Amino acid sequence: MEIIVCLKQVPNTTEIKIDPVTNTLKRDGVESIINPDDKTGLEVALQLKEQFGARVTVLSMGPQQAEKALGEALAMGADHAILLTDRAFAGADTLATSKTIAAAIKGMPYDLIIAGRQAIDGDTAQVGPEIAEHLDLPQISYACEVGYNADTKVFTVKRQFEDGYQILEVEGPCLLTVLSTACKPRYMRVKGLVDLDNKEVQILRRSDLVIEDEVLGLKGSPTKVKQTFNKQYNTNKQKLVLDPAEAAKLIAATLKDKHLI
Amino acid sequence: MSKNILIIAEQRCDRVQNVTFELIGIAKELAKVNGAEVEVLLMGHNIAGQVSDVVGYGADRVILVDDPCLASYLTEPYAQAATEVIRERTPGVVLVGASSIGRDLAPRVAARLNTGLTADCTKLAMNEDGTLEMTRPAFGGNLFATIVCPDHRPQMSTVRPGVMKKCDFDASRSAEVVHKEIAFAPQKIRLVEEVKVCSVVDSIEDAKILVACGRGVGNPTSIEQAKNLANELGGTYCSSRALVDACVIESCRQVGQTGKTVRPECYVAFGISGAVQHLAGMEDSDYIIAVNKDENASIFNVSDLGIVSDANKVLPLLREEIEKLSRA
Repeated sequence: MEIIVCLKQVPNTTEIKIDPVTNTLKRDGVESIINPDDKTGLEVALQLKEQFGARVTVLSMGPQQAEKALGEALAMGADHAILLTDRAFAGADTLATSKTIAAAIKGMPYDLIIAGRQAIDGDTAQVGPEIAEHLDLPQISYACEVGYNADTKVFTVKRQFEDGYQILEVEGPCLLTVLSTACKPRYMRVKGLVDLDNKEVQILRRSDLVIEDEVLGLKGSPTKVKQTFNKQYNTNKQKLVLDPAEAAKLIAATLKDKHLI
Repeated sequence: MSKNILIIAEQRCDRVQNVTFELIGIAKELAKVNGAEVEVLLMGHNIAGQVSDVVGYGADRVILVDDPCLASYLTEPYAQAATEVIRERTPGVVLVGASSIGRDLAPRVAARLNTGLTADCTKLAMNEDGTLEMTRPAFGGNLFATIVCPDHRPQMSTVRPGVMKKCDFDASRSAEVVHKEIAFAPQKIRLVEEVKVCSVVDSIEDAKILVACGRGVGNPTSIEQAKNLANELGGTYCSSRALVDACVIESCRQVGQTGKTVRPECYVAFGISGAVQHLAGMEDSDYIIAVNKDENASIFNVSDLGIVSDANKVLPLLREEIEKLSRA
């Protein structure tokens, strides 16, 4: 079985703070990580590999430094890593990104493509389904359990909703987007780190893809960022320092005042 | 190309979901600017009875696709039907709820139509020339971006549930209903089993009063007291991410960027520090009471009544005070 895992290197957004003076994101010193949902996607692929035998390829699009995320994926047990990096890809929105990644995948063998549900920097959850559309593949998003029958070559997937779930069956090739609750990603292995010497991240550039210039990067992006801003909160609001008894009295009186009790 | 706004309705468990009515509400506002009509695409099986709901909440026209292939939500038949209807109606704007169904369907449809899609918007504004300004949070709510889609149509957006306001229901409204037949392609995905938890009781989005617990309400006794308090106030309880990650509170009760957006009449926050991700989900509540030991907690930046005190000690006393006052 050939599995492709799409992963993105993201800043650890839980560490991002706003600079109170310039009112911009402080990105300096913020660690770059494999997007959590994508890391779970890799773990799902590695478990399928262990059970049924598979070659797992990790694929990322981003700046050269995303090699580090792919290196970690190789150390976890991925067999092959590809980085799509070129100035021509820069500034891409989800549609342009998905077209670029789909163009790269078109030339590769695959039975299953796995992506994380969404990235923690953009939270769009769009690139996975859009890749599936460009490749004309069935998609199952919000997957929280993935099974496989090697005889029938059928994937059985539990798809999570807000208010329930579905059990779905699909034959490959197909694309899944997985939730981080699907399983817990393993750590990098010592053997994996040693083997890294023999594994290289393959770089694909603009010239390696069969795709029109018009659909790439900023130029190929239908959506444009008009402006960005931070939310301003009033940091000088009045607070009352009260002992618990006074606090309880005041809250109860306030609720009464508002006809809530 | 029309300038109309088309809303892809979400119906689950034989009910049109609230987010659809919220989308009609914002679409009516947007339509005032450029004189557009608000069309609602309702897809499913045996759903004719739900038409009056979307009309009562303000739809000017309903496009109904009623077919056994749409009995359960599956990406491909829904995407096929939506794409065909959009190609026929040529709306200037398409809005979809940012639920797990909407976030599955919208990118598939946008890619097929070769247009842009802005995810999880919390604010929409229409210009007179029909261009839509779509504002959304990024970087976990640390940053907001206003996105436009200048040269591609339709302009598509998924909109976060709980953020927009629905119109008052008007049972006397009427609207044109257009029936659309679709020749569905054979399906590659088979539905083996579907389990629905259709309970709408106790939903945090519908509660008038929410009692919220955060990391500062650490022990089971305090959490139990908060639940009881919510119950006595006729509301329900919710939490920040910390207690959901710690498996103390169910994930459907999480408020914030990765949880739900709520706007109750009163939000009482105990031991919540107020990370931007949490504030994003509750700052539009009508009245916010916050209790936290740390006087520098960010929750106080959005609270109407901010009290620096130990939530674990306030909770048991609050019950007595409320009993006193409700007897009075």
